[in-house]
Amino acid sequence: MNFDLTEERQMLQDTLRRFLRERYDTATRNKILASDTGMSSEIWEQLAELGVIGALFTEEQGGFGGKGFDISVVFEELGRAGVVEPFLDTAVLGGGLVADLGDESQVALVEEIIAGTCQMAFAHGEPTSRYDLNRVQTSAKVDGDDILLNGHKAVVVNAEAADHIVVSARESGAPGEDAGISLFLVPADTKGLTVQGYALLAGGRAAEVMLDDVRLPASARLGKAGAAFTAIEARVAAASVAQCAETLGAMDTATHLTKDYLLTRKQFGRPIGTFQALAHRMSDLLIEMEQARSAVINAAGHLEADRKTRESNISATKNLMGRAGRLVAEDSIQMHGGIAMTQEYELAHIAKRIVMGDHRFGDTDYHLERFIALSVA
Amino acid sequence: MDLSYSAEEIAFRDEVRTFLAEKLPKDLSDKVSGSDGDDLTKDDMERWHAILNEQGWLVPNWPKKFGGAEWNAVQRHIFEEEAAAANSPRTVPFGFSMLAPVLQKFGSQEQNDYWLPRMLNGDDWWCQGYSEPGAGSDLASLKTTAVKNEAGTHYVVNGQKTWTTLGQHANMIFCLVRTDKDVKQQEGISFLLIDMDTPGIEVRPIILLDGTPEVNEVWFTDVEVPVENLVGKENEGWTYAKYLLTHERTNIAGVGFSQAGLNTVKRLAKSEMSNGKPLIFSPQFAARVAQVEIDLKAMSTTNLRIISKAAAGSAPGVEASMLKVKGTIIRQEINDLARRAAGVYAMPFASEAIEGSNAGLPDPLGAGPVAAKYFNNRKLSIFGGSNEIQREIIAKTTMRG
Ligand SMILES: Cc1cc2nc3c(=O)[nH]c(=O)nc-3n(C[C@H](O)[C@H](O)[C@H](O)COP(=O)(O)OP(=O)(O)OC[C@H]3O[C@@H](n4cnc5c(N)ncnc54)[C@H](O)[C@@H]3O)c2cc1C
Ligand SMILES: Cc1cc2nc3c(=O)[nH]c(=O)nc-3n(C[C@H](O)[C@H](O)[C@H](O)COP(=O)(O)OP(=O)(O)OC[C@H]3O[C@@H](n4cnc5c(N)ncnc54)[C@H](O)[C@@H]3O)c2cc1C
Repeated sequence: MNFDLTEERQMLQDTLRRFLRERYDTATRNKILASDTGMSSEIWEQLAELGVIGALFTEEQGGFGGKGFDISVVFEELGRAGVVEPFLDTAVLGGGLVADLGDESQVALVEEIIAGTCQMAFAHGEPTSRYDLNRVQTSAKVDGDDILLNGHKAVVVNAEAADHIVVSARESGAPGEDAGISLFLVPADTKGLTVQGYALLAGGRAAEVMLDDVRLPASARLGKAGAAFTAIEARVAAASVAQCAETLGAMDTATHLTKDYLLTRKQFGRPIGTFQALAHRMSDLLIEMEQARSAVINAAGHLEADRKTRESNISATKNLMGRAGRLVAEDSIQMHGGIAMTQEYELAHIAKRIVMGDHRFGDTDYHLERFIALSVA
Repeated sequence: MDLSYSAEEIAFRDEVRTFLAEKLPKDLSDKVSGSDGDDLTKDDMERWHAILNEQGWLVPNWPKKFGGAEWNAVQRHIFEEEAAAANSPRTVPFGFSMLAPVLQKFGSQEQNDYWLPRMLNGDDWWCQGYSEPGAGSDLASLKTTAVKNEAGTHYVVNGQKTWTTLGQHANMIFCLVRTDKDVKQQEGISFLLIDMDTPGIEVRPIILLDGTPEVNEVWFTDVEVPVENLVGKENEGWTYAKYLLTHERTNIAGVGFSQAGLNTVKRLAKSEMSNGKPLIFSPQFAARVAQVEIDLKAMSTTNLRIISKAAAGSAPGVEASMLKVKGTIIRQEINDLARRAAGVYAMPFASEAIEGSNAGLPDPLGAGPVAAKYFNNRKLSIFGGSNEIQREIIAKTTMRG
């Protein structure tokens, strides 16, 4: 056993932390949040240059990382700084699926993604699928040499900015079945594809993606027909590691801000941290932080394991992070008092990142039930 | 003990129902549905006040001699329950249930004669100037000063108030100010009524974390306030301030809000699908909903027990603190459930800052801005005396030697 980061990962963490501390302060981020695109292309390019995206792909895929701990190192730092740029959607999800399943011509995209010149999105969830990965209703029908896609994809993060969208659709079987789901690489300007965008509460943007007789050549399919579920589940596992690590980083910021505030804010003539009611709660948050850190290590460390081990660790971690995250976000706000309720204050944004992280890839309740199902299976 | 309504009470409930069915404008109940009425404009709220006033129900808490309805605890509970079920707006509390009881108990005849009718007619919109940047939980440490001018006609006020809810709508603010710096903190505070149009007052909005411009900073620079606007005696404001806070706390249990919120959660969970069946059948989610419903049923009875005792003459003291803590825990849990129920559709956000983003957000369940509401209602355990301060009060009162 060894709980130290490798030298390369340690370097990546240090570089990234320094860069974000200097370039991604509250004022900069608040400007990005209020902008029309909800992201900064300048920050994107600079982070790509630092190797942030390359770290999310394996060497065979053209990157220099791509393992669970590479993902967790990168996203913990992004989370610590409250970064809203869609690295998860472009690199881990969209890019990752292309890299996992693409043929020779399709994987050419990965190079562009790593270089920071291509944006991606993964259009999978639907209005009635909630967090179930196999409840795909969007249809893919073979029409001569072509394929026709029809359906509605819900809350697709980064869909407006994406140059290509990876779309899931059913070629056979019924919603709720793993078999029959395929993936397609759809250029953003394809006819019949409409993107209705909006801002997200915790920053960034998403869209409803409507597919209305979207006509694609059969060569747009990623991997084999009807056999994409296994790859989707594995990619969502990687994305869950990213999401949980991001939440961990944000929780770390929240607890630091709170600790500092308890030591400086005075009421009744003394620092409020000297009131035991608050001191004990702070201690509880620190205890939960250790739990959260271990949970993320468990998920990241088992990302390359067999399916059952991997998924049961993912569900365990998502469940714990949802609970611990809520506690840290709510108690940090409470212990700050009114100041944490203001939009301008760093904690307000950080708390939103933490809590809304539970709405991606399954929430606390969903993963508790899934953990039980996986344990008895 | 009898938990059922009497014939009289049932008649009253029917009267309330009929009134709400006939008089509550649909555009107002639509706005209240799912959001506790955060989107109501000043005009909306004034319209509702006028409708209630015409019915004689604007100030059910006031004694009859001041033009109130003087409802008993059960009547108030019935109204609250029906109002919640009908998605009726609530009245803005600062004048009606905070300042008015203070004036009625400690104000002069002239003050009551002048200010109370203006409240009912909607001539004045009041806001509460208690908190300051350095004086939150430790309210008595407030620093805004009021010094009498040489002629003895005016107080000159200097300082800053903050977190002033809906101060942007107000033309009047009641303030706690320091009139004596040389005595124990609590003994040098006075209670002043200040016209917001007086030169030297500046109101700056604070945007809350859910994007709403709900609170403000209010700055005072050499603001002249006529001495007639002092309530009660100079340097005795702390007594009045605390009296007001007990009134602020009684309404804070929010049983009606919780009941309405819980109904919304159930509705959402019946239509949202999870794993091929309605979310309400997911064991984890169902258990959470049941748990909070069980807590709410008991709290609703606690609320009735406590307010009926208070109506019989004893002021709710430590029990009000208990209601505040439990009531806010329940309300916040319901907000959390609503956010969860909406799933991925809790993420979209209508941002004022980004042009065009207010155009129809996707909301297949008709859930409304549940996540924004969840964050906004974190305030419930912070204001009106934080839950930590309430627990201090409970401990100090119950364990006093
Ligand atoms: C099964 C058992 C085995 C033990 N074995 C050993 C042993 O092998 N050797 C040994 O030396 N002792 C032993 N102890 C004694 C143990 O260390 C004491 O019980 C412990 O230190 C608490 O002291 P107390 O029982 O006097 O409770 P108190 O100190 O009187 O505490 C009473 C309550 O007040 C709380 N409290 C006290 N101070 C504070 C504070 N400042 N802030 C907040 N809360 C506070 C406590 O948490 C507790 O809830 C044992 C006790 C038990 C029950
Ligand atoms: C949305 C909103 C609306 C508001 N509206 C108004 C208004 O209209 N008018 C008005 O005057 N005020 C208003 N307030 C202010 C509100 O009353 C204060 O926020 C509240 O009193 C807490 O003060 P604070 O924010 O300065 O926090 P602080 O007092 O600094 O408290 C910070 C933390 O320390 C804790 N704490 C403090 N003292 C102790 C202690 N002795 N023991 C244990 N814990 C302690 C608190 O519970 C809190 O968790 C509003 C606040 C909000 C958030």
